Amino acid sequence: MSWVLLAEQTLNGLSLGVMLFLMAAGLTLVFGVMGLINLAHGSLYMVGGFAAAAVAAATGSFLLALAASLVAAAIAGVIVEMTVIRRLYDRDHLDQVLATFALILVFSEATRWVFGSFPLFLDRPDWLGGTVTLPLGIEYSRYRLALIGIGLAIAGALFWMIAHTRIGIRIRAGENDREMIAALGVDISRLYTLVFALGAALAGLAGALIGAIQSVQVGMGEPVLILAFVVIVIGGIGSIKGALVGALLVGLTDTLGGFLLPKALGLVLSAPAATSVGASLASMSIYILMALVLLFRPRGLFGGG
Amino acid sequence: MTRESALNLAVMGALLAVPLWAWAADEPFLITLSTRAVIFAIAGVGLNVALGLGGLVSFGHALFFGLGGYAMGILAWHAQTYTNVTDWPLVLGGTKSMPLIWLVAVITSALAALAFGALSLRTAGVYFIMITLAFAQMFYYFAISWPAYGGEDGLSIYVRNGFPGLNTMDPIQYFAICYVLLLIVVLAVGRLAGSSFGLVLRAARQNEERVRAVGQAPYRLYLLAFTISGAITGLAGALFADLNRFVSPTMFSWQTSGEIMIFVILGGVGRVYGPVAGAALFILLEHVLGGLSEFWHIYLGAMLLGVVLFARGGIYGLLAGREAGHG
Repeated sequence: MSWVLLAEQTLNGLSLGVMLFLMAAGLTLVFGVMGLINLAHGSLYMVGGFAAAAVAAATGSFLLALAASLVAAAIAGVIVEMTVIRRLYDRDHLDQVLATFALILVFSEATRWVFGSFPLFLDRPDWLGGTVTLPLGIEYSRYRLALIGIGLAIAGALFWMIAHTRIGIRIRAGENDREMIAALGVDISRLYTLVFALGAALAGLAGALIGAIQSVQVGMGEPVLILAFVVIVIGGIGSIKGALVGALLVGLTDTLGGFLLPKALGLVLSAPAATSVGASLASMSIYILMALVLLFRPRGLFGGG
Repeated sequence: MTRESALNLAVMGALLAVPLWAWAADEPFLITLSTRAVIFAIAGVGLNVALGLGGLVSFGHALFFGLGGYAMGILAWHAQTYTNVTDWPLVLGGTKSMPLIWLVAVITSALAALAFGALSLRTAGVYFIMITLAFAQMFYYFAISWPAYGGEDGLSIYVRNGFPGLNTMDPIQYFAICYVLLLIVVLAVGRLAGSSFGLVLRAARQNEERVRAVGQAPYRLYLLAFTISGAITGLAGALFADLNRFVSPTMFSWQTSGEIMIFVILGGVGRVYGPVAGAALFILLEHVLGGLSEFWHIYLGAMLLGVVLFARGGIYGLLAGREAGHG
């Protein structure tokens, strides 16, 4: 086995992990502060992807496209929060699941109506194309390396914001005791809208960044949403730290599982059997990881009692 | 007779009258549509055991629907290619016999529900929703990546499986099989809901502490309900695959879980016959709205949103009043 290849796959796992963190952070914040499970988070990811693809096609600028993904997803988030989500905070989880599932149907079909069923392509800019040579002679995609950088920078900024700014203090207070901070004169409904918009913007950015690797199409959000669920179940719902650790674990397990399992099985099985069994097992690996975490820590790694 | 039982009779009667009329008028498509509604109703009645009686919000019932489907697909595929399912330690061949396929589908999905229920029920609330969704997704990816049974393309079965004494390829006869099964399932679930198990399960949904105080373990109650629920939905999966003579990973997809949940919600959570009305309405909407616009899911989404926000209780809530004994 080549160590360079292993290092490359590890970096791929990291880049998947930080992108999952962008998705999971919004989900876990919204759950932590408002107690809401939002299935339509994947739709905001899709909105970001489509906004970026449309703006990139019109202007040719990747940075403008990223900005558009943030703004469009945040605006979509504010509209959805003020019209629908707001009515769901006091409802039980079943109502929340159903209403946000209904939102997915509306978002997906409306997007299909506007943009059609064919995937759009979002090109990476030239200045992020090609590869860079890392120490130890590892050749790695410059774009994916940038993803890792962006993801870690956003994670850092988010931690700093929650620990040191006034809005962060309010978010933490909201997680602990909603009634009390409302009683202390904080405009709770504005805080909710803000938190929702922040989560939406992060999801939209992830949609644009991943859209440039894969493609931008209707239904792109839900597989990522379900991965993000696995992430926050592993990390503990409501915990940003848990979301980061969970995202990196899931990213690495998924990527390294797909790479190492067929090789490991190749030691005991014939080559074609090892490839097919390995691929099937790898597709299940993150769910097995989730089941293991559940067996030992039913509330996730960083979940409160 | 209460309004609810009158509505039950009306729903079951309409579901029988439409295909009979279609049979007389020689409209086989309408019979197939009704058969779909009946099969979806069975899946919904199954989910309702967990969701309505036990309050377990499972967003992963596609897992059992798909397992039932693949039980049919795998057994019939081996029978049609004259190969064995396993050669060791037992030699087991495929089969084209519906009752045998149903039995395998029910047992397989019951065992899966027992195993995944035992894991998922270690948690509750929002964790449970996400975990059931994730486990179903695991089977979806597994079905796609496992090449032996068609992978992403699924399995096609050339001739519908057989039932002794009937010609299953005749739409009205296959409808009759499914309708009788639905009847058995709703009657059994009705009995279950009124049994001491059903009562203590409802009590656990409302207040776990009290149930524990009288010496019942909520975990075991929930697990039993989840297992029964999965088994019924698995039966529906086998019937659905036989209706289409085709099974594919789509049966495991999260959209399938969502649709099964829609049947329950449109009809009315916790009403034994609610999912029957919900599934019939879903098929009607799919047919009518789908004919109006390619983008009919927008209307479906808007309607579902309306039901959740303003008309909790679905059709049964609107037409039969509030559920007896519920505050």
